[in-house]
Amino acid sequence: MAKYYENSTVFNYNYEQVLQGFWKRYPNPYSTHVLSEDTIQREIRDDGKLYSKRILTKTNRVPKWGERFFKAKFVCIVEESLVDPKAKTLTTHTRNIGFNRIMSVTERVVYQADHHGKTIANRSAWIDSQVFGFATPIRAFGCERFKKNCQKSNLGFNYILGILFPLQNPNSSLHQQDVTQKFKDVAKTAGEHMKEQIYQASHYNVSQN
Amino acid sequence: MNSIGEDCNELKTKYDTCFNHWFSEKFLRGSTDDSACKELFKMYQKCVQDALHVHQIDIKDLKHNHIDGTEFENSKTEDKPKVEAQSNDTS
Repeated sequence: MAKYYENSTVFNYNYEQVLQGFWKRYPNPYSTHVLSEDTIQREIRDDGKLYSKRILTKTNRVPKWGERFFKAKFVCIVEESLVDPKAKTLTTHTRNIGFNRIMSVTERVVYQADHHGKTIANRSAWIDSQVFGFATPIRAFGCERFKKNCQKSNLGFNYILGILFPLQNPNSSLHQQDVTQKFKDVAKTAGEHMKEQIYQASHYNVSQN
Repeated sequence: MNSIGEDCNELKTKYDTCFNHWFSEKFLRGSTDDSACKELFKMYQKCVQDALHVHQIDIKDLKHNHIDGTEFENSKTEDKPKVEAQSNDTS
């Protein structure tokens, strides 16, 4: 079963500002794990929405126990986005390509203008793994890493918005609210899950020999 | 931000600059004429497609468009825990 995670972030910048910042958010001091970014498709659709597809490469830092599964030094991410100028929304869909059986991360974010001149970002993510016997600790690790990257992503985005639109008060520019208590509880026990799984696997190997 | 292909950085910067200007000054003001950066995009694409090939990135995998599909919506039912809104105001 995939793990599900969601949160909401309010940016103290209006919708137009957030959209302009969205394309310029890399590099920033919090995005040292992002190595490259390229647009590979862009079009205005008949309904007036702007569709873009970008490829990002990111470093793939994993704990020691995970190195046997993740040999890749970097991972490739596909980010699709749709700007709806009438509804004043930006929807993004991001997924990793390659290594999907080991761990797949799919994220959807909807940025929306609110009634107070701010922009709310609602993020949902699914993290899954198909590795027999290790899927549980890999999913738990994936969730933890995803959550950390979300924080970095928000800080980085906000940093860029602060540079582009400096008149705003930077101290009040980010307000984050986690709405998924369930995810937090699961994450707390991730370490225990890993230890247990690794112990079981090594115990099994020993008894086989 | 760098391109995946070192040789494409200059073309990418030119295209990005053109796009960002078009996006702020035209698209967000209601224009749907996107011809302004088309030529720069073509040149940049030629370079970036070669670079993707060099890095052995599976182009087939890139072609699928997921944002419109129902796949994402369907997966919502897979293991969605009940969420309780919680006040965690950190500001």
